Amino acid sequence: MLSADFVIATAVAYVGLLFVLAYFGDRHTRANRSSFLRSPAVYTLSISVYCTSWTFYGAVGNAARGGLEFLTIYLGPTIVFVGWWFVLRKLVRIGRLQAITSIADLLSSRYGKSSRLAVLVTLIAVIGITPYIALQLKAITASIQAVAASAEGARGSLAGVDDGALAFGIAAGMALFTILFGTRNVDAKEQHHGVVAAIAFEAVVKLAALVAVGIFVTFGLGGGFEAVFRGAEAAGIAIYEDDPFGPRWVAMTVLSAAAIICLPRQFQITVVENSNEDHLRTAGWAFPAYLLLMCVFTLPIALYGMTVMPPGSNPDMFVLTLPLSAGQSGLALLAFIGGFSSATSMIIVASIALSIMVSNHIIMPIILRSSNVGQGDGQGVRRLLLLSRRISIGVILTLGFLYFSLTGDDALAPIGLISFAGVAQFLPAILAGLYWREASLRGAASGIFVGFVVWAWTMFMPSFETVSPWVYAVMQQGPWGIGFLRPENMLGLNGLDPLVHSVFWSLLLNTVVLVLGSLLSNQSALERIQAAAFVDVFRRRPFEHRGFVPGSATANDLYFVAERVLGESRAASLFEAAAEERGVEPALLEPTPEFIGRLERELAGSIGSASAHVMLSKVVAGGDVSLEEMMQMADETQQVIEYSQELEKTSAELRLTARKLEDANAQLRELDSQKDEFLSQVSHEVRTPMTSIRSFSEILMEPSDLNDSQRQRFITTIHQESLRLTKLLDEILDLSALERGERSWRNVPVDAEDALDRAVAVCDALLRQKGMRVEFGERAHVTMVEGDSDRLCQVFINLISNAVKYNDADDPVVQINSTVRSGQFVVDVADNGPGISKSDRKLIFEKFWRGVEGGGDQGGAGLGLAISRQIIARMNGSLELVQGSLPGACFRVRLPVVKQASQS
Amino acid sequence: MRFSVDIRGGETADILGGNLAVDILIAEDEPSILESLDFILRRAGWSIDSATDGEAVLEKVRRSRPRVLVLDVMLPKRSGFDVLKQLRSDVETKDLPVLILTAKGQQQDRRIAEELGADGFVTKPYSNAEVVGAVRQLLGEDDGPA
Repeated sequence: MLSADFVIATAVAYVGLLFVLAYFGDRHTRANRSSFLRSPAVYTLSISVYCTSWTFYGAVGNAARGGLEFLTIYLGPTIVFVGWWFVLRKLVRIGRLQAITSIADLLSSRYGKSSRLAVLVTLIAVIGITPYIALQLKAITASIQAVAASAEGARGSLAGVDDGALAFGIAAGMALFTILFGTRNVDAKEQHHGVVAAIAFEAVVKLAALVAVGIFVTFGLGGGFEAVFRGAEAAGIAIYEDDPFGPRWVAMTVLSAAAIICLPRQFQITVVENSNEDHLRTAGWAFPAYLLLMCVFTLPIALYGMTVMPPGSNPDMFVLTLPLSAGQSGLALLAFIGGFSSATSMIIVASIALSIMVSNHIIMPIILRSSNVGQGDGQGVRRLLLLSRRISIGVILTLGFLYFSLTGDDALAPIGLISFAGVAQFLPAILAGLYWREASLRGAASGIFVGFVVWAWTMFMPSFETVSPWVYAVMQQGPWGIGFLRPENMLGLNGLDPLVHSVFWSLLLNTVVLVLGSLLSNQSALERIQAAAFVDVFRRRPFEHRGFVPGSATANDLYFVAERVLGESRAASLFEAAAEERGVEPALLEPTPEFIGRLERELAGSIGSASAHVMLSKVVAGGDVSLEEMMQMADETQQVIEYSQELEKTSAELRLTARKLEDANAQLRELDSQKDEFLSQVSHEVRTPMTSIRSFSEILMEPSDLNDSQRQRFITTIHQESLRLTKLLDEILDLSALERGERSWRNVPVDAEDALDRAVAVCDALLRQKGMRVEFGERAHVTMVEGDSDRLCQVFINLISNAVKYNDADDPVVQINSTVRSGQFVVDVADNGPGISKSDRKLIFEKFWRGVEGGGDQGGAGLGLAISRQIIARMNGSLELVQGSLPGACFRVRLPVVKQASQS
Repeated sequence: MRFSVDIRGGETADILGGNLAVDILIAEDEPSILESLDFILRRAGWSIDSATDGEAVLEKVRRSRPRVLVLDVMLPKRSGFDVLKQLRSDVETKDLPVLILTAKGQQQDRRIAEELGADGFVTKPYSNAEVVGAVRQLLGEDDGPA
């Protein structure tokens, strides 16, 4: 036999277990990023916080009273989750990108980070959820009372304690538990892994309990589904008589679908606590499956209960009272714990979610506006934040308790529906926010407000009908006797179910006002940015919102703010990471708009986007204004920004290409003019021998009295000039090939000394003709260089013959030295000729430059030195004019010596 | 290699002495071209002096007082254009008829020559008759000896 004391003790022990679970769950996920507590299964189970004691107890009662209607409560969420790809995926993605902390934060962030909208949504949520919390208190109270009433003496210490006192005790206990549970610290992303773990555990417990009771009742007591249904029919219970598929069915399906999105606790679990978008894929089928299991035994329990239980017993408690009356204490205790699980999980998550909203959107902004953020001790804002959350939890549970004591509705389901209809007022603004770019703050806020007022008038207030004569009077006659304002008969719309009536009017007016308000008002720049970021979240790369222009803000100011909110270690690591990224000392960190944007997101994770925005705006003075001005000037839409960024990129590329083309063009022009100059000089060099040839040919062609020696002489000149012309053309081609880079050129180790000896031998005839001496100075021995032996010889011939040609000294001498100095083979060819004048020194290696001092040579085209220099360059050496030991010119050839791998 | 000019009798003294006026001064640094010019102009009946660089030209103009100067553009030390400019700036020589010879043969050279006050312009390779005709014209002997 169960006693009240025993179940209370069990409940307390159970709560203790939950606390331990949460504690270790927290530690586990902190230490282990891929913990199973971040798995899709735990995520799905935690979403089933949707199933509260309303579904645990109330669904049976609902079925007993309204037949299949109870199914709508499961149908709406099933539709939303099966179609997760459409709405939930977008919500979760936005939640992650924008660091959304609550449903109020979502709406505020979407509509231009408006603090006022956040406050409005928070207030509505608190008021809307109050009946829901009352429902849980009522369910727990009723379940304990059911145990107490089950047998003589079961009351125990509850003797003389009425429902109110019991509910107060429960509320106080819950408040304490939630405070211990959910506000131990302020997390960056507002995620509570430990709590989620405990909630998932509770989901398993309540499902197991309900299924166990269902199996026991259906098969143990009722003898199977068919027997239960036949028994009910025999007892004359006709729960199918009402046509369920009417307006009420539609309204409830819509409400439950809205609730799974809009309920603060569902938003908290589905969006805020989501650690991986892919988990939705699992939840998309697993959560509907969970709901199916939850509701499969609802009807049999309801029917069997109505068949066997005495008339007047509360059908909401059949789940508990059927095992009790069958004497199954163990099963009854399990049922109690299951119901307790359903209620506590709802209260915990709902009050955490609401407390976050209240502290972020109501308390923090007030503190931020009235005091200077930069003052106080290091943990000021964090401590305030926690304190404000604890107080909020207390206030929320107190409200729930007050509602419980003030209203008198016996059934659980209608109370839940009041909450559903209340939070459903957020749905139009959320859907418009996700899919309609033009939806504006003014439209959304007015829509929500109007919807809320209609809801409060037509649904919330009437729930006080039984306890307030004034409410009763208003409902009967209308305010001041105005009939068409009667809460359940608005504008003369009579004959509708009160729920349908309220849902119809509130959502209709809400939506109409939202649309009209959006069409008639203009969005601010920030709204437009946020609208694009939300509506097009999948279409574009994450938009780095540059909300601030670094004006007066210093890294120090920002650090103070961050430290207050995030705590010292997190703030420090954030700043250090940013400084490291930019490669500067943390103290020298320049607050760029990107960094301030990142900081804002981090702060938003703790205190909501609106508060974070306000907080940073105080530090970064004036930043917003200039942003909005800039945005307005640039026609503001994100597409324009991105488009112009693209354009800018493209035009930068074009500019670069144009510059390259310009350079190439200039180079081509330079080459072209060099080519013209070259051709002009070639032309000159060709015309010169041609002139002699033509002139002497004409002389010879004319009949004249030339003597034989003259004739012979002219013919010789013509011949010589022809040879000169040929040599000229050969040299031009040779030089051109050298400059272009001959493919056939191959450097191989050759003996440079040998090439020099051959060159001297070739020049021997020329030297003797001129009566010129060769003096050999120092000579290197066999020296290997990389090159072409014949070409090297050609260079030496050119140098020696130049020394001969232009030497007009009385005792002409050419001096040849060769040495190996620091890895280089060095050859000097010097003469005692007139030398090269200072002004000519730069020109001697130019094409077509010829020494003029000697003036005797007719064979050269002035290409010899240019060709020689090219040849030596191809051998990686150098040819230059140096100061020699003799008074004339001295040319020096340097070539790198090949290191011989093996020397014999 | 040095060239030797086949010199006819009595005129040798004029040239070597350098004090007597000559008909034509040839300024040309290419020996074979100088030889051919010397031959054809001398054959036409004129007395000839020659110079092989720009400075020598100016010197010989003063000394030999030629009636016509045949001036190559590409001369060592001072270019033909430089020499022409110098001559035109001197009162004594500003009216000396000058026939420009050039191997470049471009419009640019012809224009510069005209601007500097050249009286004739012949492009290499020339025909002998063209040079002789041009010189004859500058000497004002259109109907003189062939």
